[in-house]
Amino acid sequence: MTTRLDLDGATWTRISPKYKWPEMASYALSGLVVAALSALTWFSGAWWGYALTAAILVVTILVVGFTPRRVRAIGYQLREDDLLVRRGILFLRFVAVPYGRMQLIDVNRGPVVRALGLSDLKFVTAAASSAVTIPGVPAEEAERLRDRLVELAESRRAGL
Amino acid sequence: MSGWQPGSVQPPDPAGRKRLDPQPESSRRAQRPSAAALDLTDGEWHRLHPATPLLKGGLVFVVILGFFVNNAREQLIQFFLPGPDGRRGSGGDDGDPVNYVVGHGLIGLVLLGIVALLVVIIGIFYLSWRMNTFRVTAETVEVRSGIVFRTNRRARLDRIQGINIERRLLARLVGAAKLEINQAGHDANVPLAYLRSVSAEEVRSEILRRASGTREAAKQQPGSVAGPGGGVIEQRLNEFLAEPLGEDGQPPQSVVHMNLGRLIGSAILSGFTLFLVAIIAAVVVSIATTGQYFLLFVFLPTLLGSFSYYSRRVVKSLRYSITATRDGIRIGWGLLSTSNETLPPGRIHSIRLSQPLLWRPFGWWEVKINRASHSSTKGADNQANTTILPVGSRDDVTRVLGLILPELVGLTAADVEIQDALARGERSPGDVAASQPQRAVEESSRTLSLIEAGMTSSGSEGGFITSPDRARILRWFSWRRNGFRTAPGALLLRKGAIWRQLVVVPLPRLQSVGVRQGPILRRLRLAELELHTVQGPITANIGAIDQDDARRFFETASHDAVAAAQADRTHRWLEGQASQGTPQASQGMPQTQDPAAADQAHPTPPAPPSWAAPAPSDRLTGEQR
Repeated sequence: MTTRLDLDGATWTRISPKYKWPEMASYALSGLVVAALSALTWFSGAWWGYALTAAILVVTILVVGFTPRRVRAIGYQLREDDLLVRRGILFLRFVAVPYGRMQLIDVNRGPVVRALGLSDLKFVTAAASSAVTIPGVPAEEAERLRDRLVELAESRRAGL
Repeated sequence: MSGWQPGSVQPPDPAGRKRLDPQPESSRRAQRPSAAALDLTDGEWHRLHPATPLLKGGLVFVVILGFFVNNAREQLIQFFLPGPDGRRGSGGDDGDPVNYVVGHGLIGLVLLGIVALLVVIIGIFYLSWRMNTFRVTAETVEVRSGIVFRTNRRARLDRIQGINIERRLLARLVGAAKLEINQAGHDANVPLAYLRSVSAEEVRSEILRRASGTREAAKQQPGSVAGPGGGVIEQRLNEFLAEPLGEDGQPPQSVVHMNLGRLIGSAILSGFTLFLVAIIAAVVVSIATTGQYFLLFVFLPTLLGSFSYYSRRVVKSLRYSITATRDGIRIGWGLLSTSNETLPPGRIHSIRLSQPLLWRPFGWWEVKINRASHSSTKGADNQANTTILPVGSRDDVTRVLGLILPELVGLTAADVEIQDALARGERSPGDVAASQPQRAVEESSRTLSLIEAGMTSSGSEGGFITSPDRARILRWFSWRRNGFRTAPGALLLRKGAIWRQLVVVPLPRLQSVGVRQGPILRRLRLAELELHTVQGPITANIGAIDQDDARRFFETASHDAVAAAQADRTHRWLEGQASQGTPQASQGMPQTQDPAAADQAHPTPPAPPSWAAPAPSDRLTGEQR
C-alpha cells in the first residue's frame, strides 16, 4: 500500500459527523434519478440497458457507502498565520489560506443542513481557484469561527 | 435620483453649474494647457472634453445623417431635373422610404420630424455631456454620469491597479484621450472619456502621485507641453506626432525596441498559422478528392479574417514600448490608435515567460501577466490586455523583468530579510532603512538570475527540484524539466520541454496555496501543486511532483506567503520615500543608459527617488552579461 500524502504535525478539527446525512441523501437521490433515466434504455430491449442501470446503482451505493469516510476526512486547522483546510480521500486536497487574504466569509444554511443544526462556511479570496469551503459546521460554532476569522483577517490585513 | 452626497467636502461645482456656455472654460484650457491639469485635480467637479459626445457615439449619428442626406440628394436632383424617362419622383413601388415620402407629398412633415428628432438627440448629447462630471480629491476619484439613471462611482486611489490612456485615431485627431482608471474586479473601471490629451497625461501623473503616498508636489515642467505658439492645426499636429511624455517631460526610453521583422516573423510562426495551414490542407485535399470548388468560397472569409488578425497583431505591437517611470512601468501600444498604461508597483500577480515551439530557433519569448483589473482596452491580437512583451529576445526578457522585479519581489524580499534581522537584533533600524534599496536591488537581481537560468535549463540545473523518474509516464518529454524552486520574493515553476514555460509567482501576491493528489498520482507517490493568484491567462499549477517535495514546498510557500504579505507595502508605493531621497541619490546609481538608448541625444533625466528607475535594472542586465 502506498503512503498517503499528509502534513506533519497537523491536528485537524473535524466537521460534524451529522453532515454525512445530507451528503448521503443528495448522492442517493441523484443516483436514483440517473438510474431512472437510464431505465428508458430498457425499452430498446438490448442487454446493455439493464447493465447500465445496474452499474449506475452500484456506483451510487459505493459513493453513498464511502460518504461517511469522506465526511470524516474533511477537516480544518487554524494555524498561526493561515487557515488550513483538507478534504477528500480518493481525491485529496489541502489548501492554506493566509488570514490576511480572506476577502469575505459566507455562512450558508440550506434547508436540510439547517434542520440538522449545521452551517456551511465559504471563504472568498481574490483568487477564484482558492475555492475554500468548510461544510457541516455546527451553527453556533460556525458563527464563532466566522467572527474569529474576520478578526484574524482584520488584524493581518494585506492588499490584493 | 443622484448619488451625490450633500455631506461631502466640496460644494457641487458652483462655477461650472452657473456657467451655461462651456466655451470660455475650454478656450482658457487651450491657451494654458499646464494650468488645466492643476484645475482638473483640485477636488472640484469638472466636465469632460466638449467633443466627448461626438467621439463617444455621435459619430455614428453623423454618418447615418450623412447617409440620409446623400440619399435625399439624389431624390432632390431627380425631383427638380426629371430624368430621360420623365418620371417626377412618382415612385414608391420600389420600397425606398424617401421615394415613398416624396411621392405622397409628405416631405414637409418628414423634414419637420427629422429636425425635431435632431434637436432632441443633440439635446440629449448635450445634457449627457453636461451631467457627466468628475473630480479627483486627495483620496478618491469620482465620476457622475447619466441623465435619467444617475450613476456615481467613487474609487479609492490606493486601490488603483493601473491607469490607461487610450487615444483612438479620431480622438487623437481632435487632441482628446480617454483616461481609464483600472480597479480590481469585474467592471470596476472608472473611465474619464474624453479629456484633452495633454491634461490626460497630467491628471494621470497627479493621480498616481497621490496614490503613491508621497505628499510633496510633483515638479511642474512648463517645457513639457507644446507651447502656445503656432495655430490650432499646428498644435494638433504636434500633439499627434508627439511621443507620450514621461513624468520628467522627456519622451520615455523604451528598454525594448520592437523590430518589424521579428514582429512579422512571430505573427507568422504562431499557433494560429499552424491552425490556418491545417485548414488550407484540409480544404485542398477535399477539393482534390471531391472536385467541389464551392468549398473555396466558404473558406475565403476565413482567409481574409486571418489577414486582419495578422495585421492587427503587427500594427498593434509596432510601436510597443515599455519603460520605467516613477510610478511603475508604462507600456505603450499602437500605431494609429494608441494606448499606454501605467502599472504601479505590485499590481502584477503572476508572470509567465513562454516560448512556442516555432519560436525556439529564433530564441523568442513572450511575457504575459495576471492582473486584478480587466481593462476595457484590448491588447495585441485583441486579447485582454495581459501581454507585456509580445515577442522579444532573451535580452529583452531580461530587461523587461529587470523593470518589473525590483519593485515586485526585490522590495519584499529585502523587507522580509530586514524584519528578520531586526527581530534577531542584529542591526539597528536606521542602518536597515539606508541599506534597504540596495538589498532590494540585490534580491531582485538574484531572482532574475534564477529566472534566466530556468528559462531553458532542465534537470536539477539552476537549483530546480524536478519530477522523479517515475513521473515519466505522466510527463513523457518534460519530466526532466518539470520543476519548481523558491527565489527571493517569488516562486518559480518550470514546465514544458516542447512548449517551454516559466511561471513566476511573486510571494506578496500569492492568495493561497494548494496541493492535490488523485488516485493515479497516489499510486506513483506524486502530487500536484497549485499556487492561487487572481484570474488571468496564467494558471500556476505544476503536476507530477514527488509527494514529499510537494509537501515541503507547500509548507514553505504558505509560510513565506504570509511573511511576504506582511512586508508588502506596494499599495502606497512611495510612502516614506521622500524622507529617504538624499541617501539614495548619493548611492551613485550608474547613470549609463541602456546601450541601445545611450547614443540618443536626450539629456539624462534626474534619478527618480525610487529603485523603479531604469538605472538599477540596467545594472542588473549588466551583471548578467
